[in-house]
Amino acid sequence: MTVWWIGDIVLLVVVVPVVIYLLNGVLSEARGIVPSVNRIAAAAAAGSKDLDAAPLLLTTGDQVKQTVEGVAGYGGSLDVILDDAEKE
Amino acid sequence: MPAPGVVLLITVVAIVLVLVYYLVSTIVALRQITAGLDEAIGSVVEIIEKSAPVEEIVTAINRDLDAGVDLLEGLLVKKAGMRDAVGLVEGLYPGAAAAGFRNFPESKTTKAPRISEVYTKGTLTLARLGREAPIAAASPAGGAVLRDVTRGSLMARALYPEARQTRPERLERSPIIGTDAPVQYEPSESPGVRGAPGTNAAIAEQERNDTEGEPGADASSV
Repeated sequence: MTVWWIGDIVLLVVVVPVVIYLLNGVLSEARGIVPSVNRIAAAAAAGSKDLDAAPLLLTTGDQVKQTVEGVAGYGGSLDVILDDAEKE
Repeated sequence: MPAPGVVLLITVVAIVLVLVYYLVSTIVALRQITAGLDEAIGSVVEIIEKSAPVEEIVTAINRDLDAGVDLLEGLLVKKAGMRDAVGLVEGLYPGAAAAGFRNFPESKTTKAPRISEVYTKGTLTLARLGREAPIAAASPAGGAVLRDVTRGSLMARALYPEARQTRPERLERSPIIGTDAPVQYEPSESPGVRGAPGTNAAIAEQERNDTEGEPGADASSV
């Protein structure tokens, strides 16, 4: 009978606190990850939204090409109407 | 059942309840983490898909711009010569001559002449047109001046000799006006109607001047 009482005391004083401590630690860490994951998801969504303008680079590339072609045309005309520099 | 057995049974049941509470809470938290990671992964996949063609497009833009720079530098060096070209760049962007031209390594060692003392503003404007045409909106001159009659300059013509010096070396000075002017003009009674001698307006003004002060002048008007 005494051994039963000793077992009950050990169970209540040692095992139960240890189990509660460990489980509480796991739960608090899991709950601490949730806000971080939400922030990561929000940042990724914002980054994806920022890249919505990336297709406009196609228009920019076309306009740059047309501008350079225009500059090349002017350059060709200047090459024709202006004399070259004299060789030193 | 003995009392220690009852206490043991109650304790075990309590431990199981605690385990259930914490494990269920942990499962809920892990499910939230999974949902957040799924959302983040979806956004990251979108980022990867949207940024995939960026490198190719930017590379093409840089290639086109490099071609434009090569063209303008080559044209400038060809037409102005290396020494004057470096001087023009130095005159437009002080300190830029040290960097030199990309395709002309010898430009870094070329001594830049004081180009602003050699060429007129018109010549520098022409050079600025060639140098800054793609970004003329940001030009210090206030934008492209090509075909702008209000800001164009013909001073570059003075650089070239002509057989007959038709242009005066010094233009006439502007007339001096005011109370200290050497030539004083009397104010007209009818501004803007100053006609040449012999015209009707001049004759009428002469008649008005002649009748002023005469006794009959006031009577006739009455």
